[in-house]
This record gives sequence, C-alpha cells and structure tokens, in this order.
Amino acid sequence: MGYQLKMRVWRGDESGGDLGDYTVEVSEGEVVLDALHRVQATQAGDLAIRWNCKAGKCGSCSAEINGRPRLLCMSRLSDFEEDETITVTPLRTFPVIRDLVTDVSFNYEKARELPSFAPPPRDADNKRRMAQVDVERGQEFRKCIECFLCQNVCHVVRDHEENKPAFSGPRFFLRYAELDMHPLDTHDRRELAQGAAGLGMCNITKCCTEVCPEGIKITDNAIIPMKERVVDRKYDPLVWLGNKIGLRTKDNDGRTEV
Amino acid sequence: MTTGVHGPTRAAIDEKTLRQDRWWLPPLTTFVVFSAFVVYATVRAFMGSDYYASPYLSPFYSPCLGDCVEGASDFGQPFRAWPLSAALLILIFPLGFRMTCYYYRKAYYRAFWLSPPACAVAEPKTKYTGETRFPLLIQNVHRYFWYAAVLVGLVLSFDVVLAFRNEEHEWGHMGLGTLLMLINVVFIWLYTLSCHSCRHTVGGRLRHYSKHPVRYKLWTWVSRLNTDHGRYAWYSLFSVALVDLYIFLIANGTIEDVRFF
Repeated sequence: MGYQLKMRVWRGDESGGDLGDYTVEVSEGEVVLDALHRVQATQAGDLAIRWNCKAGKCGSCSAEINGRPRLLCMSRLSDFEEDETITVTPLRTFPVIRDLVTDVSFNYEKARELPSFAPPPRDADNKRRMAQVDVERGQEFRKCIECFLCQNVCHVVRDHEENKPAFSGPRFFLRYAELDMHPLDTHDRRELAQGAAGLGMCNITKCCTEVCPEGIKITDNAIIPMKERVVDRKYDPLVWLGNKIGLRTKDNDGRTEV
Repeated sequence: MTTGVHGPTRAAIDEKTLRQDRWWLPPLTTFVVFSAFVVYATVRAFMGSDYYASPYLSPFYSPCLGDCVEGASDFGQPFRAWPLSAALLILIFPLGFRMTCYYYRKAYYRAFWLSPPACAVAEPKTKYTGETRFPLLIQNVHRYFWYAAVLVGLVLSFDVVLAFRNEEHEWGHMGLGTLLMLINVVFIWLYTLSCHSCRHTVGGRLRHYSKHPVRYKLWTWVSRLNTDHGRYAWYSLFSVALVDLYIFLIANGTIEDVRFF
C-alpha cells in the first residue's frame, strides 16, 4: 500500500542552504534512501546524495534523519508514522559539499596518521602464526564499514571544530585498539593513542556506540580498553615499578614504541 | 568565531538539533536521581547516628572505624579520635569508585556537564578538553578505587553474614534487613566485578589469550557481566540507599524489623 510521505531535505552548499519541502509517493517496505531517490527522479533531479550498495555495507549514505545520524539505506520507512514528516540533513560534523553530500576527508587524513600493522619476521617455514582465540578477538573491530557515523556524532569534533587536528575519533580508536591487542604487531601504540590521537579527549559518553550500524561496542570494547592500556603506560605507578624490576614485561614483549 | 555545528563550513541549519524524540528525558532522569542520592547520602553520612540496629550495620558506615556505637565496629576503632561522622572515613572509597567509573562518567557528563546532553544534540560550552587535564585527568586512577571497592565488597559481605543473627547476636536468624542486605551485596558485587578496570586487570590487558587460558576464561566471564555494568550501577545505587534507609528507620524507632525466624 503506497502513501504520500512528507519530507524535508536540506538543499544547499557551503555558501548556505535551507530545508526544502517535498511530498513523494512511497510503498511498503521502502527505506529513506528509496524515498530520496524518488524525489530525485520526479521532483529534484539535481539533488546530491552519496550512495552505493543499498545494503548497509558500503558506508556511503550516512546522513541525519530527524536529527539522528543513520544510514539512509538502513532506515526503514515503517519505523516512522505515515503522517510524520521526515527531515533529512547532511552529516553536521564535516564540511558540506552539496545537499546531502559532505567532505569526509578528515577521516582519511586521520587514517594516514595511524602507523599500519607491523608484523614480525616470518617463521622458518615462511609463515606467521597466531592462535584462533587471538584471531577472534579483533573480528568485531573488522566489521567497521567506515560510514563515519561515529566520527560524525562524536561531540569532541562535532561541537568543537578546533579539536579536529588533535583528535582522531572513535573509528580510529577502534583501529588503535585492534592493533594494540594484536599479538603479532610489533608497535606499541599506547603513547601515540594518548598523544597524537587524543584519546584523553574522549569522555566516553558512548554516542559512537549508539549510532554504529554494525553494532560494534566501540566504547566498551575498544576505547575503554585502550584508555586502560594508556593508564598502564602513563599513569599507573605500580605498573611502572613492575616494569622497572622486571615483574611486568608482557606489555612490551616483542614490540617497540612508535 | 562560531564553531561546532554552526561553523562556517558546516551545513547551515539553525537548530542545535533536529531530534524530535524526548532526548532530554534520560539526562533529566539521571540528574534528578543522582542529585537525590547525593543529597540523601550527604545527610546520612554527616548525621553520625542511627546507622546501627543490631545486628544490622548500614553500608554507609561499614566498616565503622571511628567512634562508633557499641556493636558496630567489627574491625576495631583505629580512628576513634576522628571528630566527625565515621561514614566520612570510609565513604570516600565507594564514592571515588563510582565517581571515576566509566559508566557513571558517561551518565554525569551527559546529565550534569551537558557534554553532550544527548547524542547529536549540541553542547552549550564553547571549549572542550575532555579528560586531558587536571582535575579530570584523575579519572585515570579508577583501577585503584576498584582495588578499594573489592575490599569494601568483602566487608559488606561479612556484614551480611553477621546479619544472620538476632538482636542478641545469636546465630541462625533472619529478618527483612538480612534479605535487603543480601540483595544489596549481590548488586554491589555484580557492579564491582563488571567494572571495566576489573575486565582489563583480569585479562583485557593481555595480547596473547592463547598463552593465558585461565585469564582468558576470567575475561570472558567479566566481559559478560560488563555488558550490564550500567544496569548494576543503578541497581546497587538504589539497593545501598534502601538498606541504609531501612536500618535508619529501625535505629530511630520509626519501624520495627520484620523477623522471619
């Protein structure tokens, strides 16, 4: 059964813009991206939307629906009342390019700042080995589709543009945690996570976890464990003492600080 | 210069948030409940009386190390000369544990600091440095408060054992106070053992689970508890206040303890 859906869609660019009103016919089972595509096809041919897979796996169609950061393709219209007006805006943390498309290059700059995985030399049979239980630990982090909704919702940069140079954001804390927990990585990233990546700026208010479309427990499983590892490295006098007298050496075995 | 969501490069939208749900309800609830608890706990901590109704000792005053009433000090009175309420000697540990707790931090940063009040709702402050500077840098001592919280948990467990007595300290009895103290100590342990620092300490800090199977097992148990850490934080907050209130009302003669046997 189709019905007429009322939408407000932000139209504009860096010089300014406004919410435009549209009424579009939609059908049962459709998602917000379908409705926007119909607006684009029938009423606003120049409406800019970034999208690709329509399956919640490419991370392209991130936007804000009724003020909440979400993937357009994973937001079912059945989650809203039929007479409800759905407001769609671009991500509000990144510079807008046009309409619903933003410039997310901040995230790629931060990715470049993160030293990549540094494995040790191979074993004599030219292989590297790690146990299944250690492989499984990082699998949750590898579900990330880089939609950057967590980066967008994080108030550290969303509400404070000036923090962007000093703060990598939740997506990259996830990567720091994944690598720091990796038994084969030869880099100790704790100092870097605290210093260059700005882990201390995070006040663990968990919005990144709330918006993650992959359901990754970013705060509990990556950021807080990473914070605890930084405490080991920087703030815990007992760990420092244990290191000095050789009782606590497992944090460092086989790796060097970057 | 305007910053944040109203910055020059961002999409020009006047509203600080376009959220239409009742996003203000959770932080408001947290604000009201936490404030009420702080007021109640402060009054009770400074009161210095009506904290012991044999065989029950209020968790706010346990262990009672100051100049406490007869029967309340199961660990002696090393701080007998302390002029203020005995609760003030001990409450710093559970208070510090909760103040630096990763769940409580989330809750009060949202509800009291409005930093942010809710997800995708712009915060009112123009400057933000997070936990990088004093005093919030102190949050990093959380694990030390956890060590203390384990000791407090053991003392409260001992109190529950002692509560299986009657007023004359004869064993094999139980009252409503015993039941409440038992429920409280279960929530206290669930909260203490589900702590993120506990999770890190028992195994989270390791890089090779395969080399430490026992600690890996412990870590999986704590991890399971950890998913409900916030819930246990609330339950134990209510239970500790309820036990104290019950003992307070018995001690000042307002009600009588319900004895089961």
